[in-house]
Amino acid sequence: MAKNERIKSEEVFREDYERISKKNKAKPEYFKNAVMAFLVGGTICTLGQLIKNIIIGWGTPEQDAALITTIVLVFLGSSLTAFGIYDMIGRHAGAGSIVPITGFANSIVSCAVDFKTEGPVFGLGAKMFTIAGPVIVYATVSSWIFGLIYYLWGVIF
Amino acid sequence: MAKRLKGRTYILEGDVSIEQTASVVGPFEGEGPLGKYFDVVNEDDLMDEKSYESAESGMLKNSIELLMKKASVNEEETDVIIGGDLLNQITATTFAVRDFAIPYWGIYNACATYTLGLQIASLGIDSGAFKKAIVTASSHFSTSERQYRSPLELGTQNPATSQRTVTGAGSCLVASGGGGPYINDFTIGSVTDLGQCDPYNMGSAMAPAAVKTLIEHFANTKTDLKDYDLVLTGDLANEGLNIAKELLEEYGYPGENITDCGKLIYDDSVQYVNNGGSGAGCCANVFNGFIYKLMKEKRINTLLFVATGALLSTTSSQQSNSIPCIAHAVTITNERRKYNV
Repeated sequence: MAKNERIKSEEVFREDYERISKKNKAKPEYFKNAVMAFLVGGTICTLGQLIKNIIIGWGTPEQDAALITTIVLVFLGSSLTAFGIYDMIGRHAGAGSIVPITGFANSIVSCAVDFKTEGPVFGLGAKMFTIAGPVIVYATVSSWIFGLIYYLWGVIF
Repeated sequence: MAKRLKGRTYILEGDVSIEQTASVVGPFEGEGPLGKYFDVVNEDDLMDEKSYESAESGMLKNSIELLMKKASVNEEETDVIIGGDLLNQITATTFAVRDFAIPYWGIYNACATYTLGLQIASLGIDSGAFKKAIVTASSHFSTSERQYRSPLELGTQNPATSQRTVTGAGSCLVASGGGGPYINDFTIGSVTDLGQCDPYNMGSAMAPAAVKTLIEHFANTKTDLKDYDLVLTGDLANEGLNIAKELLEEYGYPGENITDCGKLIYDDSVQYVNNGGSGAGCCANVFNGFIYKLMKEKRINTLLFVATGALLSTTSSQQSNSIPCIAHAVTITNERRKYNV
C-alpha cells in the first residue's frame, strides 16, 4: 500500500492482522514445561508414597494410611500456599503441582486468603470454592454417569 | 480553541504544556530496568494498607500529592483531576481523590486512560476553561489479578502471551502556557475489534487498535513514523509490538523508532513477566518517570504517545465475547509543530 493511505477495507485489515498475529504469537516452552511438570509432580507423588510407607511401617492398616497421607499432603499444600510459596512452585511446575492433591488444597486456600478482606461470610466463606467448586461439581456428576454405565454393563452382560 | 485538523485529529491552538510529572511504583517495577527513574518505589505491595485495593488508592493519592509538591501548586489553583484505573467502577481513583478539595472527572478507557485524560485536559485548557489540570492513572498487579484473573496464591502457569499488570500510579500537571513539553495535537481512537477473544493475549488484541489510530494520525497530519523521535505505544508488550510494527510496515510506515511501555518497564530475561507489562499505570509511569525526563533533557523532542486499552470485563470474556480495544494518540513536542494539510 502506498504511503499516507488509510485503511480502506476492514476485511483486508482483519486478514492482515490474523496472518501477522498468528506468526508472532508467543509460544510456550513445551519441552521445559513438561520436564518441570514431570519432576515436580513426580516428587510430590514420591513424597506421598514415602509418607504412606512410613505410616504403614508404624503398623497402621493400608486404607487408613492412605487417608492420613492425603491429610498430610493437603496440610503441606495449604501451608505452602499460605506462606506464598506454592504459587512460585506452580509458576515453574505447571500441571506438576496442580494435578496432585496439594494443588487442590492450593486452589481452596488461595481463594480463602485472597477474599479474606471481603469478610468471613461473603468473602472467605463464599469465595473459597470459586475454583475448587466446579471440580467438585463435575467430579460428582461424572461419578453418577460412570456409576450408571457400570450398573447397566452389569445388567446387560 | 482546538481545531479539527482532519479526520479525527485535532490541533491545539494555544500552548498547553505538561508542566510536571510524578511516578509512584511497586517493588517489582523498582527492580526493573527503569527502576531508578521513578520518583517513589514502594518497598511493599500492600504499602501498609489492609487491602491491595486500599494500597492502590494510597499509591494514587501519593502520586497526586507528590506532583502538587513538585509543581508547587495548591488545591485552589488546580481546576480538575481527570483520571481512572482498572478496578470496577474506578474505585481506586475515586477513593484517592476524595481527600482533595479539587473537582474530579473519573474516566475509563482501560490502559488507554492516561492519554484519554491528556486529551480531555488539553481540550479543557485550550478552550480557556481551565488553567491547570491533573491527569492521573493507576493500576496494581494484585488488584487486577484478583478482579480479572485468578487468586494471587493460585499455583497456575500463565500462558506465554500473558502480561503482568504494572503496580504504579502516575500523575501529571497539564497547564496553559509553560515551557513545554507541549501537547501539540491528538487523534481520538475508535473501538477496534478484530475478533480476538483470548484475555491472556491482550497485546495481540490491542495491536490493530494502535495501528489504526497511528495510520489515521499519520494520514491526517501527513507525517510518517520517521517524523517522530519516538513513537511510544502503551502496553502492547513484546508480541503486540511486533505485530504492530509488521502491520505498520505493510501499510507503508516502516521504522524502528517505535517502542512500547510494556516492553520497557520489565526485564523479561530476569523478571517473570511472560510477555511484558500492562495496565493503566504502565504507560503513565513509563512516560512520567522515564520518557518525560528524556524530553526535558531534549534527547527526545517529538513524541507520539499512543496508549492502548482492552475494554473487556470478566463477564464479557466469560460469555465468549471478543475484546474491543482502543488507542488514543497524543503528539508531545518540545517545539510547537504546524502541519500543512
